[in-house]
Amino acid sequence: MHPAFSIIFFTSAAGAGYGLLALLGLLAPFGLLPASPLFGLAALALALGLVVAGLLSSLAHLGRPERAWRALSQWRSSWLSREGVAAVATFLPAGVFAIAWLFLGGGVAGVAGWITAAMAAVTVYCTAMIYASLKPIRQWANPWVPRTYLALSLMTGALLLNALLGVVGQASAWSSLLALASVALAWAAKEGHWRHCATARAVSTAETATGLGHIGRVRLLDAPHSEDNYLLKEMGFRVGRRHAVRLRLITRLAAFALPAALSLGALVVGPGALSGTLALLAAAAAALGVIAERWLFFAEAKHTVTLFYGAGEA
Amino acid sequence: MTSLPNREPGASRLGLVIDLDTCVGCHACAVACKQWNDGGHMAPLTDTDAYGSGPDGVWFNRIHSFEAGTEQGGCGSRTTNFPRSCLHCEQPACVTVCPTGASYKRAEDGIVLVNEDLCIGCKLCSWACPYGAREFDQDVGVMKKCTLCIDRIHNETLAESERVPACVMVCPTSARHFGDLADPSSAVSKLVAERGGYDLMPELGYEPTNKYLPPRPRPALALDERVTRDSANDDLPLHGLLKWADRILAR
Ligand code: SF4
Ligand code: SF4
Repeated sequence: MHPAFSIIFFTSAAGAGYGLLALLGLLAPFGLLPASPLFGLAALALALGLVVAGLLSSLAHLGRPERAWRALSQWRSSWLSREGVAAVATFLPAGVFAIAWLFLGGGVAGVAGWITAAMAAVTVYCTAMIYASLKPIRQWANPWVPRTYLALSLMTGALLLNALLGVVGQASAWSSLLALASVALAWAAKEGHWRHCATARAVSTAETATGLGHIGRVRLLDAPHSEDNYLLKEMGFRVGRRHAVRLRLITRLAAFALPAALSLGALVVGPGALSGTLALLAAAAAALGVIAERWLFFAEAKHTVTLFYGAGEA
Repeated sequence: MTSLPNREPGASRLGLVIDLDTCVGCHACAVACKQWNDGGHMAPLTDTDAYGSGPDGVWFNRIHSFEAGTEQGGCGSRTTNFPRSCLHCEQPACVTVCPTGASYKRAEDGIVLVNEDLCIGCKLCSWACPYGAREFDQDVGVMKKCTLCIDRIHNETLAESERVPACVMVCPTSARHFGDLADPSSAVSKLVAERGGYDLMPELGYEPTNKYLPPRPRPALALDERVTRDSANDDLPLHGLLKWADRILAR
């Protein structure tokens, strides 16, 4: 599948934003976060800023962005519509939570925070299900996709939170541990996804696509047109094996190994300027790593339409 | 509404039956489709760089050629021309994934259509179609697809014999048939039953309406040794002028 930058940025930025928002909503009511309104404001601005930037970027992918509001109408059947509804709906409890946390405190912030966290998780799940519900792409239509999306959202959110706490000099053992644990979880989920893609058998083949398998092996003799068309540009994207290997290495290093090592470093050196810097670097590495991961997520996905254009299986 | 309609038990299922035995791969159906639909319900079917080095454009019908049985040596394999267009599936995920309600399946005849006034051009439906039947129009920013010539088949200003899709009208070998596949007594249903018409990628569960008729079995041909003999090593009995020409050409 063609890796469109607008969607790569949307899924990774909004994922990180929702992850951070969920953690703020979950943890603030326990008094685990700094009480200063300035911290609250900065953290909420970062979380909601990432979400809004991501959502705006997703509009750039549309042929008719001015009609985007129509996408909220078909939540009964469409995961894309559900995602839109969930994204818009999350702003309600998030707004209440923001006001309550910054200005009021007490029970309202607690309830609104937890609802916000739950809605953020639902929104990320809906995003993942847009892909996981597409049967023509077997690399996507499996339970590892929602697992990976949720775990990566939690991971990037936890790394951002740890970095924020570090910047204000309040990084603590628990926030570094949380970052570390979420990196481990996300790494495990991503390896699980990659293993699934490598080992699961192809569902469809050139033989089932043409129905000519009873005669024997099928190969393309002539494509309909001499030049690439929409189908090939959008769904026939192919990534060279060498690039894929290198990008997986970048993903493993930047998204998982480095953030894990840096978070561990932050944990070991204890609160202070150094641990804050380490936490910040961990978040920066993860940002790069997750973009590489998302690029591969699209580039390595093989659509069944390629079976009509020379692919043996998909 | 992108939820699938309740299809009454007697509702018709209009679609195509494509005979891979007789199709000669002339692309006439693709051209007739382009011509009709460029002025029809889904118009325009935009082309870009039509006369340049990288022409691209919207086509609802594309003709591939496959070789089946590649592992069988000599004359065992079959070359098969393979027209590909929307199959008007009974379980079309292209419809249910649509967030806007632009994509829909008609309850009365099962035809799958796009309402271009609602489409936001998110392209998700084209990802959800396993068969590559949906094409995005860059120019207009919306998705387009085969309408089964909805503006011909129900068009009372046309002579009754012409109320069939443009691709069916034009096919010089009558490899394309149009009719109601829900009615077991229709000509297309009988053809499917007789010839063993089948679904493409049945494993994905889309339940296509369109059926393909397989190439008819052919008597196995023995390998003709004249075809495979390496003529360069032949000692052909050549005399005179031919012998001279052979010597010149062999240089
Ligand atoms: S062939 Fe593709 S576009 Fe046509 S109904 Fe089936 S899934 Fe939808
Ligand atoms: S491209 Fe248009 S028709 Fe297709 S899913 Fe998006 S809104 Fe629906």
